[in-house]
Amino acid sequence: MLSLLLIFMAALFFTGIIVRTKSLASGRKGPGILQPIWDVFRLFRKGAVYSETTSFIFQLAPTVYFSSVLMAMLVVPFGRSHGILSFNGDFIFFAYVLALGKFFSIIAALDTGSSFEGMGASRESLYSMFAEPAFFILMGSLALLSGHTSFQEIFSSLHIGSQISYAMAALATFVLLMISMIEGSRMPIDDPKTHLELTMIHEVMILDNSGFDLGLILTAGYLKFAIYGALIVNLFIGVIPFQYAIPSFFAIQFLMAVAIGLIESFMARFRMSHNPQFIVVLTSVSLLIFFGVLLILQKFI
Amino acid sequence: MNLITAFVLMPVAGILIIPFLKVRWKGILTLTLLAINAVLSGILAVNSLTGETISLILPGSYVTGPIPVRIDALSGWFILIINLIFLTGSLYGYSYLKTYKKREDSLTLHSIVFLIQHVSIISICGIQNSFVFLIAWEILALTSFVLIIFEHENPVTIKAGINYLIQAHFSILFLIIGFLWVLNKTKSYDFQAITTYSSSIPGTASLILFLFFFVAFAIKAGFVPFHTWLPYAHPAAPAHVSGMMSGVIIKIGIYGILRMLLVVKADLISAGYVILIISVLSGLYGVMLAIIQHNLKKLLAYHSIENIGIIGIGIGIGCIGAGTGNTVLATMGFAGALLHTLNHALFKSLLFYTAGNVYQVTHTIEIEKLGGLLKKMPQTAILFLIAALAICGLPPFNGFISEFILYTGLYAWLSDGTLFSLLAAIFSIIGLVAIGGLAMICFTKAFGIIFLGTERLQILPTCREVPFLQLLPIYILAAVIVLIGIFPLLFIHLLAEPVNLFNGASISGSDPLESGLFNLLQPISLAIWLFILMITALIILRKKLIRNRSHAISPTWGCGYISPTFKQQYTAGSYVRTYSKLFAPALLVEKEEEVVHGVFPSEVKYHTRAYDKIERGLIDRTIKLNKNFMGRFIFLNNGKLQIYILYGILFILSVLSIPPLYRNFESFIELLKKL
Repeated sequence: MLSLLLIFMAALFFTGIIVRTKSLASGRKGPGILQPIWDVFRLFRKGAVYSETTSFIFQLAPTVYFSSVLMAMLVVPFGRSHGILSFNGDFIFFAYVLALGKFFSIIAALDTGSSFEGMGASRESLYSMFAEPAFFILMGSLALLSGHTSFQEIFSSLHIGSQISYAMAALATFVLLMISMIEGSRMPIDDPKTHLELTMIHEVMILDNSGFDLGLILTAGYLKFAIYGALIVNLFIGVIPFQYAIPSFFAIQFLMAVAIGLIESFMARFRMSHNPQFIVVLTSVSLLIFFGVLLILQKFI
Repeated sequence: MNLITAFVLMPVAGILIIPFLKVRWKGILTLTLLAINAVLSGILAVNSLTGETISLILPGSYVTGPIPVRIDALSGWFILIINLIFLTGSLYGYSYLKTYKKREDSLTLHSIVFLIQHVSIISICGIQNSFVFLIAWEILALTSFVLIIFEHENPVTIKAGINYLIQAHFSILFLIIGFLWVLNKTKSYDFQAITTYSSSIPGTASLILFLFFFVAFAIKAGFVPFHTWLPYAHPAAPAHVSGMMSGVIIKIGIYGILRMLLVVKADLISAGYVILIISVLSGLYGVMLAIIQHNLKKLLAYHSIENIGIIGIGIGIGCIGAGTGNTVLATMGFAGALLHTLNHALFKSLLFYTAGNVYQVTHTIEIEKLGGLLKKMPQTAILFLIAALAICGLPPFNGFISEFILYTGLYAWLSDGTLFSLLAAIFSIIGLVAIGGLAMICFTKAFGIIFLGTERLQILPTCREVPFLQLLPIYILAAVIVLIGIFPLLFIHLLAEPVNLFNGASISGSDPLESGLFNLLQPISLAIWLFILMITALIILRKKLIRNRSHAISPTWGCGYISPTFKQQYTAGSYVRTYSKLFAPALLVEKEEEVVHGVFPSEVKYHTRAYDKIERGLIDRTIKLNKNFMGRFIFLNNGKLQIYILYGILFILSVLSIPPLYRNFESFIELLKKL
């Protein structure tokens, strides 16, 4: 329950902070932190334009996508307090529910019959396929280290002691951060602010969405960031009491948003053809984490 | 006993009556006989699933010896799957074949062979006499051949059929070697003799014996690298036959492997690793090739290879669990494998039937030529979508349940073990995840291109949904898919007995399955219910909220371009282009393209054809070498009748001279011994 509230609150300001950081970095004043949320509210009140090519899939997909993200959010714990749902193998459910949402957003893009949106769909399906093994290996390593298979049990029994585990926590943070960049379609994988549809991934898939549906998709995107942020926070706060854990949750989310903003300000997007290589690197990094766990458990003899 | 006699008499009745009926009644009688047989065998199967093994010994004949028939929980599970798929398959076939009404003789043969095949495939699940087993296996191979070549006027179909026939006989060859080996040592056809024999010989020998059986059944099941018959046979057969082949006939290979695991007392750990490695490779290879196929049925055929791989992963980790005494791992592995066998039978036959609908309406299954069918045939499209989601292992459908059990098994494997098993576990996890991700690319492509967007060739203005009777079997399958997805616990009880045969629970007395799987799946089904509720609530909420908003219909946003045509849509080829470039080393895509010339270019062509690297290396090369070798003897084949008669006489002479030669040889040996 606690995690749910915290994620909602983090989602409120997360994207705003990214935008603000980017504005400040480029010497502008920038909109208010809550501007993205106001945008979404405005979209929720608007009418919509549907393409004549589309079918009911196109109208159904944003809802399914949004509920998949909500559902994934329910299994995310916060330190010792578990999420609404917590069971053995909940991280598998987490990944597969998100995949269901992605499936629908991809077929919705193909439903419009637009060449641009098909292109986005193709990229999205390929990149998410590459990113998934990293998440599963990471969770596998943590499961091996802690001897549990649910988010809450894994995170609450993780404690960072030795130097290897510091290195591993850093690597795990990197992996989760990068997965959230891929999922949230941010730099350096995707450039949400480019003006050229040919170079987009996620944005080009939702070209035809408008009104309420677009609002749902954007909200889901904000929530996704906060969810991955919460996972990263969970890596560190394991057994820390709540009065320290909650401020550190917001601090880490804030840092993550600023980091994303800075990356987007000072980095260019990768060439599309280099993206897969970059994403596969994530799998290798998570394998490194796995070997680190093997080291800790002294399986190498 | 009477049950079995009645069971065998049904196809006999079919042979006697069907040829004399009118076309309409042929189908109805086939359906009736099949239903009777399904009920007869179903009674036995249901009994066996409650834990009592039915075992009786038929007298047999002088040649075969007594024929033991044992129907245990494993047989029961497969018999139920087979009956479900055969019933829906024949119901679908009944509607599907209506277009071929004029070919009465073909239909007669088809119906009769259909009944015989059902009997042979059910018998395979029960018979435990190796000689009769081989006969039933051969009948299955031959009947499948006849069913595949229904459209035999097409040379491609005949070629695919013969390809299947030859590979099926390779499977029989390995089976014969295995059975002869045991027969030679024990002088008994009974499977129990295999058990006693294999536990008396050293571990490596029994492992080799198991591997002979494994290869035989792997050819049938379509494990890589024995898969090459599948992608030809499935597209060539009529839709209901390909659905059933993919649904049950390749599953009988899985049954064989599981049966041999029980019968042959081999080293389970090594056998498990062999199966696991081959399965992960099959899964990955199958789906990697499935993505680049642009023929829908071929794509589905490669997906069968992938799913056989997933089932194999379950069997592999199950064996390792049983071998190391890790009951949780064994339970999860075998439960996942058996459940996925059912699941794959359901969604794959569903997909083939919907592909059949598409074919009947549009007369093509080339993905690149289709498009926008959702508006023309909405029910087929939704059914296809359900199966596509299920086959990708996404909640809330049945594929997720079995894959979830497998994942739990793999993660449970991580908690104990040596470095080697940990590495095997983590790479299996990577394999399973990658299979899932790739399957998603494949089915977003298949569904998106075929059913969404607008049509790519303007050939389909008149097509519409197929009649309800044809959709009915597909609805039944979809209902079971959803049922397993949202009430997995119902099916866990059915699984208990078959899994207990393998995981050693019956020996140790504890029952980890009931509690373990139950505890595992209960929260999952809760979560799935919550998810469904949430989606429904959101859909209703959205409807309420946007009811009073204005909404307009306009063309798809063309990024400023105002007159887009249907030709500008993303095609299947372009959808997977990045993928096929990245995976180029593993794939074999032949391209023919013409370069565009001049300012006003004329029409150019771009054509790609996907081929199979393993097929090129393993099959084509062998055939080429064989041809080269045989080519040296072509001078014998000179077309002169006199010479051929001479060959005959030479042959008879040489046969006749064997005994005296042998006697001379024997005396020569004795002479040597004396010396």
